[in-house]
Amino acid sequence: MLLIRHFEYALLDLFARGELHGTTHTCLGQEAVPVALRALLSPDDFVFSNHRGHGHYLARFDDPAGLLAEILGRVGAVSGGMGGSQHLRRGRYLSTGVQGESLPVAAGAALHVAHREPGRLACVYIGDGTWGEGAVYEALNMAALWRLPVLVVVEHNGIAQSTPTSAAMAGTIAGRAAAFGVAHHYVGTDDVPTIRQSLDEPVGRVRAGAGPLVVEFATQRIGPHSKGDDSRPPEELDRLRATDWYQRYRGPVFQRLDAEQRSRVAEVVRDVTARPPARPGTSSSLVVVEEEQWQRANA
Amino acid sequence: MAARQRVADHLNAALCAALAADDRLYVLGQDITDPYGGAFKITRGLSTRFPRQVIGTPISEGGTVGLANGLALAGNRAIVEMMFADFVTLAFDQIVNFAAKSVSMYGRRAPMPILVRCPTGGHRGYGPTHSQSLQKHFLGVPDLDVYEISPFHDYGDLLDGALASGVPSVVFEDKVLYTGWRRPPGTADDLFSYHLIGSWPGTAVARIEEAPPDCVLITPGGVAERTLTAMRELFVRYEISCELYVPARLDPMDVEPILPAAARAGQVVVVEDGTSGGTWAADLAHRLHTALWGRLSRPVRVLCAADSVVPSAAHLEREVLVQAESISTAVLEGRS
Repeated sequence: MLLIRHFEYALLDLFARGELHGTTHTCLGQEAVPVALRALLSPDDFVFSNHRGHGHYLARFDDPAGLLAEILGRVGAVSGGMGGSQHLRRGRYLSTGVQGESLPVAAGAALHVAHREPGRLACVYIGDGTWGEGAVYEALNMAALWRLPVLVVVEHNGIAQSTPTSAAMAGTIAGRAAAFGVAHHYVGTDDVPTIRQSLDEPVGRVRAGAGPLVVEFATQRIGPHSKGDDSRPPEELDRLRATDWYQRYRGPVFQRLDAEQRSRVAEVVRDVTARPPARPGTSSSLVVVEEEQWQRANA
Repeated sequence: MAARQRVADHLNAALCAALAADDRLYVLGQDITDPYGGAFKITRGLSTRFPRQVIGTPISEGGTVGLANGLALAGNRAIVEMMFADFVTLAFDQIVNFAAKSVSMYGRRAPMPILVRCPTGGHRGYGPTHSQSLQKHFLGVPDLDVYEISPFHDYGDLLDGALASGVPSVVFEDKVLYTGWRRPPGTADDLFSYHLIGSWPGTAVARIEEAPPDCVLITPGGVAERTLTAMRELFVRYEISCELYVPARLDPMDVEPILPAAARAGQVVVVEDGTSGGTWAADLAHRLHTALWGRLSRPVRVLCAADSVVPSAAHLEREVLVQAESISTAVLEGRS
């Protein structure tokens, strides 16, 4: 969580210095979700991430240099500089930038898994705002009909870019899942061990063929949507930041771990910013080797 | 191969052979399973023989192509049937933003072997939402191939090649062809012979062997039948000899094999059934003008459907869509 936190801080800092091209969406405040899931997912599971996916990637791969190189367009980038912040692919991990688009894709990967690799699953991260997309419902319908092992992880941070959920969603996520006969699990905490414990059994049911599961995390986005475009009133942001997990921790152990990750990220920034620009085909060699191994295994 | 085979039976046999050859190939679509076998019966019998691979889906075009994309990512191949080409707009995001982009946007070539079949075109009285030719909306998309079947091309070869390329594709199939006959190799009819030229998937060239062409006509497969009718009339009534070029891949299209004949004939007409404006035909005409500037004796003509929805009533539909008579008229007008 601290790695993700400092990585995102570093990105905002690079933005402020004008060193970042385009846009990027940080997951400040939402770090607990992918970190909790890390222990519940296997490298053989498919993971579909979205536009706010830095935390998802870092929790799965612990590769801040590859991610930063991708975002900055430098040598060693995960997607050779073509994808940027929102379009990463590594083995069975893939992110893409269109809301809801990856749910039916996850259902397809889950269909493959159900036919050929029972026990594995396809996990797809979405936000509360994504529930406005029809693709979500087409996918839920098919996943429920065919009992596909799809784990839908909803990072419900209460706001879609600048639109509060209350202005965009009638009813509830639980109600929508229920309409398809899909199991729904609410997580109201960001305490990682508690989350893992509560999800262990429901995720096991997905693997065992019980059909899809929607896990709704109550979380909060304490940073802007992208760059500096936060239109929320300062008092609301203060309130959110006051309950942010990062504020809750004190003491020498935390201080030491925090300093470690801060300096680790600073070192990554120094390393990556000194690299030459990426060219297509210069994907991180780590990623290419992994992919070749994976393709051989699946040939 | 049977001496005479309906195009629908040819498609069905090709899908059957492809499914039998690869148990990682899926066919997905609405109402495609038995006993119905698809709105045009192209998948009849397949779900009975390959129950795991042939999957009837809900009315969810986008979701279904998404499913195909997920299967492709996981190392499978997938063919999706749109009940009507008109509905492919509902899957536009999955085709253009997911399938096509996934090939290259992750910085290295990644295969996305999916193929979306689209029963296209009018002349059946199905009206504005079941008769369109939407090919133009898929042109010029990086890493997306657009094909159109014809009575001259082998469908099994098309499926195998398109899926093996790893580039996702949209295949248009003129509904009028389904019930018609395949043209046996070499013989378009009693007047015209044909052969394939160019690199895979090839362009069919139909011509009268003894007659050097006065005009070159270029059309996709659905319009090719009407073009042959026009060519027959032009030859019999006016002694105008035409040569017909039918490419199986519309985009990206290899124009090189057409250039010598087009330069020699001087008169070139490109015909398609899509509505005018921003069309395959207009783009091709521009490429021909550029390549042959100074060698053409007249402008390349473009013949498209009218800028109109496709009406339901037969007499109104005829006025909007390209007919054999409009093709022969275009050739005659182009000579005056």
